This record gives sequence, C-alpha cells and structure tokens, in this order.
Amino acid sequence: MLTLLFDGIAYGMLLFVLSVGLAVTMGLMNFINLAHGAFAMAGGYTTVLLMNKLGVPFLATLPIAFALTALLGALLERTLYRPMYKRPHLDQVLFSIGLVFMAVTGVDYLIGSQQQMVSVPAWLQGRFDLAAVGIGKYRLFIIVICGLLTVALQLVLARTRFGSRLRAAVDDPRVAQGLGINVNQVFLFTFAVGSGLAGLGGALGAEVLGLDPSFPLKFMVYFLIVVSVGGTTTITGPLLAALLLGIADVFGKYYAPKLGSFIVYTLMIVILTLRPQGLFGQKGSK
Amino acid sequence: MSAVQTSLRADARWRWWELALGAAAIVSLFIPGGHVLLLNEIAILALFAVSLDLILGFAGIVSLGHAAFFGFGAYTAGLFAKHVMPDPLVGLVVAMGASALLGAVCSVLVLRGSDLTRLMVTLGVAAVLYELANKLEFTGGADGLQGIVMGPLLGRFEFDLYGRTAYAYSLITLIVVMLIARRIVHSPFGYSLKALRDNRLRATSIGLSVNLRLAAVYTLAAAFAGMAGALMAQTSGFASLDGLDFHRSADIMLMVVIGGTGYLYGGIFGAVAFKLLHEVLSAWTPQYWTFWLGLFLVVLVMVGRDRLIRPWTWFKRGGGA
Repeated sequence: MLTLLFDGIAYGMLLFVLSVGLAVTMGLMNFINLAHGAFAMAGGYTTVLLMNKLGVPFLATLPIAFALTALLGALLERTLYRPMYKRPHLDQVLFSIGLVFMAVTGVDYLIGSQQQMVSVPAWLQGRFDLAAVGIGKYRLFIIVICGLLTVALQLVLARTRFGSRLRAAVDDPRVAQGLGINVNQVFLFTFAVGSGLAGLGGALGAEVLGLDPSFPLKFMVYFLIVVSVGGTTTITGPLLAALLLGIADVFGKYYAPKLGSFIVYTLMIVILTLRPQGLFGQKGSK
Repeated sequence: MSAVQTSLRADARWRWWELALGAAAIVSLFIPGGHVLLLNEIAILALFAVSLDLILGFAGIVSLGHAAFFGFGAYTAGLFAKHVMPDPLVGLVVAMGASALLGAVCSVLVLRGSDLTRLMVTLGVAAVLYELANKLEFTGGADGLQGIVMGPLLGRFEFDLYGRTAYAYSLITLIVVMLIARRIVHSPFGYSLKALRDNRLRATSIGLSVNLRLAAVYTLAAAFAGMAGALMAQTSGFASLDGLDFHRSADIMLMVVIGGTGYLYGGIFGAVAFKLLHEVLSAWTPQYWTFWLGLFLVVLVMVGRDRLIRPWTWFKRGGGA
C-alpha cells in the first residue's frame, strides 16, 4: 500500500519534471505544443546512446542529456516555433503533431523501433525496506533529483530577477515588453530550459517508462493532462497535478488492471468539466 | 429583397463545380476496375471529415477526439447487425441515433473552458471509449468485433466481394448527408454558427444562445461521424479499436485542414487528397510514410494553406498569406 504510494509519487515527480517546461511555455506564449514529448525522447536517447555506444557512466549522461536537449529546444524555438505564436490554436496543434510524426519516424529510421534498455548503476538497483515499506533505490533517486529540481525552480522563479521577469511576461507579455523586458529572449531561454528538463526527465525515466520511438505519442496525453489539470499559472499546480496523476495511475493499474488508463482519463474529464481552468488555474488568466 | 438577403441567397446558390462534383461521384460508380475498395474508403472518410468540418470550420471547436463518435458508430452498427438484425439501413439509423445521443451528452463537456481544455476533454472521451472497447467482453477487446454479416441492401442488393454495392451505399449516404449539411449551413442556424465562431462575445450580445447552438451542432456532427463509422463497420464487416484510436482523430483533422475548413467540401477534397497521398507514400516507403506526412504538415502550416495550393503566389513578394 505505502509502497504503491511511494511508486506513485516517484512516477508523479517524473511526470512533473517532464511536463513543467510545457506548462511554462504554454502559460507564457499560450502555445499548444504537442511535440513536448519529442524533447523528452531526445534526452532519453542521448542517455541510451552515450551509455551503450560510448560507455559514459549513467550519472554523467544526465547533464549531457539536459544540455543537448536544451540546445535542440533553443534551436527549434528560434527557427520553427517563433512564427507560430501568433497563429490560431488549430495551426499550432497541426504544426506540433507534424513535428511529433517526424520525430517518431526519424528515430525509428535512425536507431530502430526496438525498446531501448538502460542499465542503471549497481548502487541504484534493488530495493530496501524502511518500516515495512519497500522502497526502490532508483525510485528514491528519482524523487530526490526531481525534488531538488522543483525546489530550485521555485527559488529561481520566486527570488531571482530572471524569475520576476518571467512571471511578468507570463502575466502580460505586452506590458512586460513595455517595461523593457525582452520577452522574446526570456521565452527563448525558458523554452530551452523547459526542453532541457524534458530531456532530463526522459533520461531519468527511460528505465521506468520505457523508451522506444513512439514515446512522444504515448506520453503526450499525460503531459497535456498535467498541464491542463494543473493550470499554467503556477509551478505548484502542475506539481500537484502530476503527483495526483502518478498516484492515480499506479493505484489504478495495480487494483484494477482491467480498466487500464480508464480511471485517469475519467478523472481528467471530471476535473476539467468542473474546473475548466484546471484545478489551480485562475479565472482571470488567459 | 434587400441587399443583405440577396447576398445571403447568393451564397446558397448551386455552383457549377458542386454539380460537377456530384456528377463525377455518380460516374465513378460505373468505372470498371479494382479501385472500388479505395473509393469506398474515401467516401466514408469524406463523410467523417465533413462531420468534423461542421464543428471545426463552422463552430470553431478544435477537437482531437472526433474518432470517439466514428468508433462508437462502428461498434453500434456492428453489434446491432450481430445481435438484433442485419439490415444495413436500420443499422445505419440506429448507429446515427446512438452517436447523436453520445454527442449530446458530450456536448455538455465541450462548452466550457479554453481551447486547451476542449482539446483535452475531447481527447479524453475518445480515450475512455478506446479503453472500454479494449476491455469489455462483448466488443471483442483488442481483436475487434469480427464476423459482422450484413443483410442485402433494401432487401435486394447483396454486399459482394468486389465492394461495388458497398461503394454505392457509402456514396449515396455521403451525398444525402452533404445535401442535409448544405441546407443546414446556409440556414439562419448555419450563419449564427459562423457568427459565434468569429466572435463569441458579440454573438452573445446580439442575442444568440451560444451554448445551445454549440450543443446542437456538436450533436449533429456526432451523428454524421457515427454514420461514417457505421458505414465502415457495415461495408468491411469489422469494427476495430483502430476506429477509436488517436491517430484517426488526428488524420481526420488533417484531411479537413488539407481540404480547407468552413466551406463543407473541404472534407471531401481533403479525404481524396489524404488518401491518395497515403497510397503513394506508403507504396514508396511503407514504414516511414508518417515522416513525410509530418513534414507535409509542418510545411503546410509554415507556408499557409492558402499559399500552398496557389503556387503562383509563391514568388510574389508580400503576396498571399
């Protein structure tokens, strides 16, 4: 029971790191980006290839996965995404689905469609018991890393000058621009970091979630659930939504495996019907 | 007759190309050759695309879960034929009614929230139905609903192996639906939909009840999508999970966008173009054809659809989009 809760929290934390970038970019530019999972996949494959082909140790691949995906995100933001911000939502949806299709088949072509294996180092394998609760070491590792990231993000957002610029830009891009904030630059940076976080999440999650070319399609819905249920105005909203989703999913799959993801989807529909702005969204925001 | 009335009437007049399209469709019934199965599929997809266009192009609802109604119609028609009676027309009406009912229930869900919320809710409904069809006993699970045997059409025309009856059946259904849809979009109701698509606030302030109209058109589109699903199940004798899958919702949206939204025929042109594109690409590179599809989509959005189908504007500076 508590073990399940623990697994659910680990899963939820992972989902949070994967989708927080999406939440911020969606809140900032009101852009519906279905291709966010592609960045996560990029991070996952970076780790797998570095480990299996070049023999880089697992821990060292994590920052590389972050950096490479962030770079990729910055590149794509500058070239492809920027003209899309002002377009209607339908165009954005089509554009990003197109990107997903290309990413999925591109990886399939280059690397192959088989499931990729990640072997985490020995000291992270196995589990130990703490007061009768079985705790997987790797899951604990995930929770610690993701927890630290969350705290760091919160601090950056709340305490630094960049954070206040970002918050200003989210609240009202035009006024922020008028105050001399370079909104485009803020957004470029945010997009890069958001993609990088997705890449890091993908690298961390490769062992738990599995990694194959259909990754962006499989988890796209989950990211979107986190963002739409959590709302895009805060960091805590998506965090709680991700935890809720993670726990509900793990419990649902354990107690009612016949129903599959049924519970998660139903929960989402109910929440969104009752609170269309998301659980923690504010009515006045976009 | 006032100027406004004249201009509205002019919109509803029959164009030469509409008549030509109808004639081409009827002629296509008598072309000999083995392409009837493909044509049948195109007719069904066109019907499905037209139903999406009603809510996307006319009411402005971005839906990523329209396959929910397609699959629901397919399963309803399949189960009805298997357990109640094999007559195709009755099955079609039953599937339409059931899908309309589902659409009416779901329409409550899409009335609220932003585009993102709607996107997620429509997607969620399709996903829930997918899970249900996958897990329930009587839908056949992952194998799909197999062995649907249809009775002869109108008691006279058997569904044969070549699919000529099937194509005629689908095509005539498509034409009938087009006539109904055409009548609807040129009615005051249709114009009010366009009004609330363009500016919901103003539509409300001139006294249109937005929610009621959205619910009505959503129900209607669901009914048509259900008919398309029913046709698919009846003519192929098979209803599968594929009908509820996400890629079907995405594909159909693509077709409508390729063909152009908001003038009703976009769905038909889009379905033809998409299916031909699919045939060519998947014959050329069967495993990776979605890559080219994705590239096509990205280019389509970047360049803008209006410019893409008008090559002569490509080199004009500042022209087009």
